[in-house]
Amino acid sequence: MEFLENIFGPTWPAVWTLVKIVAIVVPLLLAVAYLTLAERKVIGWIQVRIGPNRVTFFGIPWLGGWAQPIADGLKLLVKEIIVPTGANKFLFVVAPIMAIMPALAAWAVVPFNAEMVLADIDAGLLYIMAITSMSVYGIIIAGWASNSKYAFLGSLRSAAQMVSYELAMGFALVCVLMAAQSLNLGEVVRMQQGGWGFLNWFWVPLFPIFLVYFVSGVAETNRSPFDVAEGESEIVAGFHVEYSGMAFAVFFLAEYANMILISTLASIMFLGGWLSPLPFLPDGFFWLALKVSFLLFCFVWFRATFPRYRYDQIMRLGWKVFLPLTILWIVVLGAWMQTPLWVWWK
Amino acid sequence: MTFQTSVFYAFSAILILAALGVITSRNPVHAALLLVLAFFTSAAIWMQLQAEFLAIALVLVYVGAVMVLFLFVVMMLDINLARLREGFLNYLPLGALVALLLVAEMIIILGGRYAGFADMPAPPPLPAGYSNTKELGRLVYTEYVYPFEIAAVILLVAIVAAIALTLRRRKQSKYIDPARQINVRREDRVRIVSMPSEKRD
Repeated sequence: MEFLENIFGPTWPAVWTLVKIVAIVVPLLLAVAYLTLAERKVIGWIQVRIGPNRVTFFGIPWLGGWAQPIADGLKLLVKEIIVPTGANKFLFVVAPIMAIMPALAAWAVVPFNAEMVLADIDAGLLYIMAITSMSVYGIIIAGWASNSKYAFLGSLRSAAQMVSYELAMGFALVCVLMAAQSLNLGEVVRMQQGGWGFLNWFWVPLFPIFLVYFVSGVAETNRSPFDVAEGESEIVAGFHVEYSGMAFAVFFLAEYANMILISTLASIMFLGGWLSPLPFLPDGFFWLALKVSFLLFCFVWFRATFPRYRYDQIMRLGWKVFLPLTILWIVVLGAWMQTPLWVWWK
Repeated sequence: MTFQTSVFYAFSAILILAALGVITSRNPVHAALLLVLAFFTSAAIWMQLQAEFLAIALVLVYVGAVMVLFLFVVMMLDINLARLREGFLNYLPLGALVALLLVAEMIIILGGRYAGFADMPAPPPLPAGYSNTKELGRLVYTEYVYPFEIAAVILLVAIVAAIALTLRRRKQSKYIDPARQINVRREDRVRIVSMPSEKRD
């Protein structure tokens, strides 16, 4: 380590941070690739099919299906990107970048275990809220720049939906920071430590908020049953109908990276992050990965189970059910924390 | 030039270019997006002043919510450049007056020698454990709780007034109560008729 420090001199902190960023982003993109395979496999099994089982590495038969994401990626990489007539070329190209930027930037403050976090900042939760609130831009710019009716309709739907559910998510985060007494994600996890194992985690006192947060997360990522922004049965493919090749693939990556991000945040804030569910087992990154995998499975499970919501009912759920519920729970939580029944103090 | 000052100049350059773009670009959507860039860059500059709460709140409120709604409206406009430029001369005197006032104010502030900036040295650097957000929260909810609450109530009144002014109930609104919808039984909607098959001739 000191040897490297001598080589790079004063630029060493910047280089070291870059190395850390690569160490987060590369596994994340691999996880995205294999999440697409997992989704197709799980939906296949739910619908009593086999799912992808042909493409394999080096012709090894028992690896059938494992090379599918790589093959899909290669196919999209070499396909032509067609810019529609009358489209705004610059914004058409910028939109996918705007979509994936927040999904990657938010990982800066996510703690992976007690020590591993890129930026251990005090305003972590606020940073997450600010960065994820920017993910809507990619979608609306894509819809407008494509110069297409369907794309524009999809982007309008998605903009209204994401702004609505962001409110519920923001209030859910207020509950979490009230319980945790801190905006630092590492502190949020440490507050959930205790002798009761998984009963110490915040899903117990904040159970309705956990549900609101996760369902709003499904709506924020435009996943089924809230996928009216794509709505292939009515507006073809929504905001990315005009995109092909790698530009489409980046939207796809952004959607799956956002799913992983929402699952990770829900695990950290409500399911104890890297803490083990039973006090005598050792803590570690393994538990976080397990919790995130379970929540991701739920995303896929929802997609295979529920029919798509009608648009007015999506709005009703966000504004008339989730928002009052979160505000009510803030009041309940505030009162609860004043009584001796609140056992989560440190 | 230290690292901090070079970062400051880089952000300031981006901010000024973006702000210039907002007022010179002919396409309203481009102007709105450049305004987003300007907000984001000024948040970065505030971050350099160690005002991280304000910086993040700026991104959260203006970039994440207000500008999205702005874009929402602007995108649906029929962009007609000739009509947009109409009436430029009518607004010129008023605009010039406002610009002049702004420039005068800036001169007063930037000419620090006359405002006595020398008597106000830069604050000492804060200790490592200092949390701007926590300190702000403590002050707002203890010392400044009444001004804060009054500001909140004024905003609430504004919201209620805005809704009351624009709310128009449609008489023939086709609103359906979801509770009634999910209580529908099959027998209310479908009648199964048993009849023998007929031959068409």
